[in-house]
Formats: sequence, C-alpha cells, structure tokens
Amino acid sequence: MSIDWIYGLVGVLLIGFASVVVLLGNGRIIGASGIIGGLVDQTSGSATPERAAFLFALVLVPALLQIGSPVDTGTIQSPLLIICAGIFVGIGTRIANGCTSGTGVCGISRFSFRGIIATVIYIVIGVLTVFALRLIVGEL
Amino acid sequence: MCILLALLSGGIFDAGLHISGMTDSGKVQGFLDLFGAWDPTLAFVMGGAIVPMAIAWRMVPGRSPLAGGTLAFPQEHRLDNKLILGSLLFGIGWGLIGLCPGPAIASLSFGGWTGEVFFIAMLVGMLIAPFMVQRVDEMYARA
Repeated sequence: MSIDWIYGLVGVLLIGFASVVVLLGNGRIIGASGIIGGLVDQTSGSATPERAAFLFALVLVPALLQIGSPVDTGTIQSPLLIICAGIFVGIGTRIANGCTSGTGVCGISRFSFRGIIATVIYIVIGVLTVFALRLIVGEL
Repeated sequence: MCILLALLSGGIFDAGLHISGMTDSGKVQGFLDLFGAWDPTLAFVMGGAIVPMAIAWRMVPGRSPLAGGTLAFPQEHRLDNKLILGSLLFGIGWGLIGLCPGPAIASLSFGGWTGEVFFIAMLVGMLIAPFMVQRVDEMYARA
C-alpha cells in the first residue's frame, strides 16, 4: 500500500475531472460501457463522433506515452476463462446499463438509487468471485 | 467543440485510470480480494472520483452544456431485474480477470494478448446483450 493511495487519489481526481468535462461540456454521462456498447450495437445516433473521439483518446494516450503493463491474469492463463469473463462483462454492463464509470462514479455522485445498488452488487459479486477463484486455484 | 471535449476527456480519463491503478488487473483483483491480501487503494478511487462529480451535478440545474445541446442523463429511478442481473454478471466477469470496460478499452494499446482476447469477448457480449434484454423483458412480462 505505502504511497499507493496518493496515486489512487490523484488518478481518481483525474477520472472525476474527465467525467465533469463530459457532463458540463457535452451534457452527457461518461460511461465506458455505454460509449463502446452504443457504437457496437449502433444505438449512438448523433453521439457517434464524440464517442469515437473519446475511445480514440483512451487508446491513443497510453500508446503515445508507452505506459501500461500487459494484463496480468496471474496463475490463470486459460483463454476460455478470459473469454467468459469478457462476455460476462459485455453482457452484464449492457443489460445493467452501466459499469464502474457510469453507475459507480456518475451514478453514486448524484445519489442515484440505481447506481448505488448496481455498484454494491458488482463489488460484492466481484469479491465473492475472487474468493471462489482463490479457493479453486489457490494463489491468484 | 463536442469532439475536442470528448478527446480531452478520454485523455484525462485514461491518465486517471493509469495513475490510480485501475488498468492494473492484478491490483483490481487485489481490491476485490477482501478475504485475502486486500489492497484498499481502489476504494479511494471509487470514493474520490465521486467528489468532483458531486460538485458538478450541483452546477447542472439551470445550465446548458458548454458545447450546446441539452443534458441527457437517465431519469429512471426504479430498480429492475435488468439492473440486478446485469450487475451480477458484470461482477463475475470483473472478479475473474480484474478488467472493467474502461481499462479493457485502454489496455488495447498495452494489454498484450490477454487484453485483446478480453476486449473482443466483451464486444461479443455487448452484441448479444440486446437479445438478452429482450428475453429478460419477456420473462418479466410473463411473471
């Protein structure tokens, strides 16, 4: 942990600020799953260009700065598990209409009952999933 | 203007994900590992990002977006099966690998094959979702 929480705090203020730019600037809720999901199932309509721009920056910045490390799946290297996880995240966030940014950051900050409940559910289930993984494979 | 703001926001959002550690799937799993070696850093992330947004929400009433147009945000307040079922599925997937959609997109440029496989599977899930929504709606209508 050490000084990690300072990075956490700085990073988080940036995430919050990015959300503020979209809310006060473009009048929309920032939500990664909504932004990409709307492009995938073509329900974005007039918001398509700005959504594409957001995704473009999201991918381009780490490429330019050469930051980020490969996704670490720990002791689990099963492609099947990765595929299942991806499909669950894809279906889940679209059915629930939001992921960590939309329901978590934007939802909780306006004290949305739906946002709070969704966040509690996926964090609790995430904790239980990691617990189950540990039981099955031991070290993560 | 709208595009510029979206680019700016995407860039800031990405920097935030990296600095806070959300793009580090091992760290995310550490946060979810409440019964193991729990790493509380991301609790700060979830909690802290809410502060600037809570202030921004207070500025919203009576104001129109800088780039013009109107504010668009969900008005629904009731819980429904879709929200609960969807969040359940998302929680399982998030716990399994430690990636949620934002970092999954960002990881395309650095995540290696695991990041790419996850991303493609997520897109497939998003394509399937509308059909699932239909099914849930039908079940709900019958119940």
